[in-house]
Amino acid sequence: MSKALQFFTPKASNSNGAIFIDTGISAGFPSPADDFRETRISLDEELITNKEATFFAKVNGQSMIGAGLDDNDLLVIDRSLEPENNKIAVCFLDGEFTVKRLKVRDNEVWLQPENPNYPIIKITEENDFVIWGIVTSVIKKV
Amino acid sequence: MYALVDCNNFYASCERVFNPSLQNKPVAILSNNDGCVIARSDEAKNLNLPMGAPIFKWESFCKHHKINVLSSNYPLYGDMSARVMKILEHFTPDVEVYSIDEAFLEFKGFDEYDFNEYGKIIRKRILKWTGIPTCVGVAPTKALCKVANKIARKFPKETGGVYVIDTDEKRIKALKWTAIKNVWGIGRRLQKRLEAKGCKTAFDFTQLTDDWVRTNFSITEWKLKKDLEGIPTIALEIKEAKRSIATTRSFEYTYSDIENIKERISTFAASCAEKLRDQNSSCHMIIVMLSSDRHKKDAEQHSASKTVIFPYPTDSTLSITKAAVEAVKTIFKTEIKYKRAGVIVTGLVPTDNHQLNLFLHENPKHRPLMSAIDRLNKKYKTDTIKLANQDLQRTWKMKQERLSPKYTTKINDIITVK
Repeated sequence: MSKALQFFTPKASNSNGAIFIDTGISAGFPSPADDFRETRISLDEELITNKEATFFAKVNGQSMIGAGLDDNDLLVIDRSLEPENNKIAVCFLDGEFTVKRLKVRDNEVWLQPENPNYPIIKITEENDFVIWGIVTSVIKKV
Repeated sequence: MYALVDCNNFYASCERVFNPSLQNKPVAILSNNDGCVIARSDEAKNLNLPMGAPIFKWESFCKHHKINVLSSNYPLYGDMSARVMKILEHFTPDVEVYSIDEAFLEFKGFDEYDFNEYGKIIRKRILKWTGIPTCVGVAPTKALCKVANKIARKFPKETGGVYVIDTDEKRIKALKWTAIKNVWGIGRRLQKRLEAKGCKTAFDFTQLTDDWVRTNFSITEWKLKKDLEGIPTIALEIKEAKRSIATTRSFEYTYSDIENIKERISTFAASCAEKLRDQNSSCHMIIVMLSSDRHKKDAEQHSASKTVIFPYPTDSTLSITKAAVEAVKTIFKTEIKYKRAGVIVTGLVPTDNHQLNLFLHENPKHRPLMSAIDRLNKKYKTDTIKLANQDLQRTWKMKQERLSPKYTTKINDIITVK
């Protein structure tokens, strides 16, 4: 059986709106599904493991198009994760936020774009540089 | 043991997380309506920009010293504060959120812990996860935590941002270092009286006799003295809900007509009522305040307040605004240019367990109406539904000319990365 696409129903919102309760006052047979009710899938829960350390950012430009990060995509950033070689990180470099793949080798840090039109950046002591957070997911409109 | 975790220059630090180019540069944050300076970074403090400086007088000073002046972004500070406080709960279940940027932690049964090490882990995690720098003071009592925290803040290199008072020797040394005016809860009046008595430091204060302190001051100061002696007396207060809620603002212009004032008071009262319902409280009492512009020395000055007590606790926007408007009418004087007004609701009780009063209670019809209003305002946008006496021609936007984006609470305001 093909399982190329699997469908889920997302959780709509946390609205406290009135709930229509249709499973029986006293008459009739109760719904057999009642005992098996589960909470709906929540994208918040799927995409965010550490709420306190998670922030969002929007992509501007196409320097990371090869990694699937396109203009206007939404990034989920977890600040609590440790920067490691090959992770995609949001960095603050010389007055600007940037998203690139981290390359760490022999005590050198490089920011690797995923687009042949952009150069790889070597971080030196002259740079004003901070690794702000690690990208864990990309959300895009299609 | 207790700890006090205090965020360094919290408002400026929040701005720096999302605008790291402000790092190491002087930053000042303005009050609501861009009135005066309410928070400063260390760099701005070192330039001697005073707390409370009215910005219109200090504009050229700020320009000259390249101070980055920003409007206060409370949605951002509130969210960052909530993150910090939540992280603190990882370290102990007993957390007292003391203010937007500080919390007391109590460590029960942590006897074997190395608190210096633990404090460093707390600091490091908050900094890494949120970007907010903190200082941690650890001691056997809350008042001593305050002292320890000041030491950690004052000597970052020596302490690494964490200071533990765990011996009597350290306690005495710390108290001798602490000027009486810097002791937690010692206000200016108390300071004068204590200095007259020869108390220059916190240590001198602990050398007074218990009797003298109790006769000349109050139980509060006596408790403070015990706490400073290292005997835990001031307990952790886990706040379930706020004890009073205030909405006070300066107006962008001055107003001398009752219609505009009535509108402002209605809006403030409605905002208080909404906050009450949000924390599931009702109030017994409201205080309405009105005052003229203190900075205009040549204009006639008037400020007054009026307290209204309800016969039963209420959280209804209708009842609270009605009472507030009636109250402001009684204190309003013609010919005065008013600049500031406020509504405070107090005497709060949980809404679900009002004392039963057989004959007096809030009109039960208000409840479903209020929850419908709250639901619509939350779902669509703030103030979708409001009373007809609020916002006459919507001339009332808060003055926030230098506001940073709401980076964590509005999707269109999140940071962009290249």
